Amino acid sequence: MVKRIVLNFPAESTQKPVIYDIVKKFDVVTNILKANVKGDQGGRMVVELEADADKIKEAIRYIKGCGIEVSSLGSKIIWNRDLCTDCGTCTSSCLSGALTIQAPDWKLKFNPDKCVACKLCLKACPLKLFSMDVFG
Amino acid sequence: MEKTYEEINEKIRKGKAVVLTAEQVSEMARTMSPKEILNKVDVVTTATFGAMCSSGAILNFGHATPPIRMERIELNGVPVSGGLAAVDTFVGATDCNPQKPEYGGAHIIQDLIDGKSVVLEAWGKGTDCYPRTHIKTNISLETMNEAILSNPRNAYQNYNVAVNSSDRIRYTYMGTLLPNYKNASYSSAGELSPLLNDPECRTIGLGTRIFLAGAQGYVTYNGTQFNTSKPLNKYGVPMGGSRTIAVAGEMREMNSRFLRGAYFEKYGVTMYVGIGVPIPILDEDMAARVSIRNEQIETYIEDYGNDFKLIGTTNYAALRSGEIELNGHKIHTAPLSSLARAREIADILKGWIEKGEFLLTEPTRPMPVSRSIKSLEENL
Repeated sequence: MVKRIVLNFPAESTQKPVIYDIVKKFDVVTNILKANVKGDQGGRMVVELEADADKIKEAIRYIKGCGIEVSSLGSKIIWNRDLCTDCGTCTSSCLSGALTIQAPDWKLKFNPDKCVACKLCLKACPLKLFSMDVFG
Repeated sequence: MEKTYEEINEKIRKGKAVVLTAEQVSEMARTMSPKEILNKVDVVTTATFGAMCSSGAILNFGHATPPIRMERIELNGVPVSGGLAAVDTFVGATDCNPQKPEYGGAHIIQDLIDGKSVVLEAWGKGTDCYPRTHIKTNISLETMNEAILSNPRNAYQNYNVAVNSSDRIRYTYMGTLLPNYKNASYSSAGELSPLLNDPECRTIGLGTRIFLAGAQGYVTYNGTQFNTSKPLNKYGVPMGGSRTIAVAGEMREMNSRFLRGAYFEKYGVTMYVGIGVPIPILDEDMAARVSIRNEQIETYIEDYGNDFKLIGTTNYAALRSGEIELNGHKIHTAPLSSLARAREIADILKGWIEKGEFLLTEPTRPMPVSRSIKSLEENL
């Protein structure tokens, strides 16, 4: 399976090579999609993990054990569906394919599992119906 | 067999008119001839819900005591026209305060339709008949005399597709265009679009009653930049933006489900407007016109990263597939206007006509038959 997570590093946990560790210890394929971590301040990182569900679970338990807060990426995204008009303008900027609009119903669909938190939709939506709290 | 407006209206009054949406009739046309469609169908409903910058509202605030000749006017801090007598104004959809560009005239119009209060502040020099020089108060649709949506250019007949060949993002009224042909945006409702179902405006003219943002409104004139000179493709569809309509309607009867203030990043404010136009099937020619399908509606692809050059053509079936091909590039396509909401409008208008609540109007004057548009020459 593939899972995207957000790692929230406190300053004291930035010295541990957690990404190296989860590759070595749990054989998890990792892809860092976005990172903004400073040694003296901490920060956040969006990582895609690919492995069996059990190994991903163990890797996340290990990361948490290092004092790093882990949350799922999807939980950070807010789409105000009630006010959405299904114009589809946002899909133009969504290269990861998380936002789609197509036949037959032409209603906007959002798949948080595909989202890479690039934030282009925040600007692309003419009604400003997206907010995202990944990097503050 | 030809039909007159009066014959069709008589059927509507009796609840016997056969009404289909433009998408339904296009599907029907795969197996039926125009003659068969003429015999079977009386009215076809068309619709669009898209960004239409050339929109606005005429408001009359009423006179205060003592009265003021409002020469400079702000609504929620947005400067609007002070050039219409003492207490009239025109709120342009794209009016904005440059300090706060994300909120503008379109949002004021939506707020008023939503029943919200708006702060009116105005200044005048003071005259013998209008002695006051300043006023600040709350207004709403309830407090005003007239509130008339009045849009100079809506429902463009066809429109180009926008791409960007340059190496930087372009922020445009066609949305955010990513570099190196990463995306293409299109705005027309295709086979459901009003003016594409009556390409020569045989039935759409001055006085045509329409669905306008939830109310029954009217076509008031040919829209600005009305253009009949674009080349036609082999199905009689004008290539690129051609005819337009000016429309008006009572704001108190409108619903913001069908009118929204919007902001395009680094471009500015615009307004999404929902319009539905009924097309009477008077004869075989009109039956053939409304049978047009997405694959037959072609438009130009313009490069917004390189002086708006025409770099290709495509059609709405290809655009709706999610990807078009241009000079070896596979380009991800995305709409700007809501097809889902346009369909909702076409269905509502169909319901009004079927229930006899909405009669068709014969234009009191047709649209211009020959009109091209001029560029602005600099001559000083």
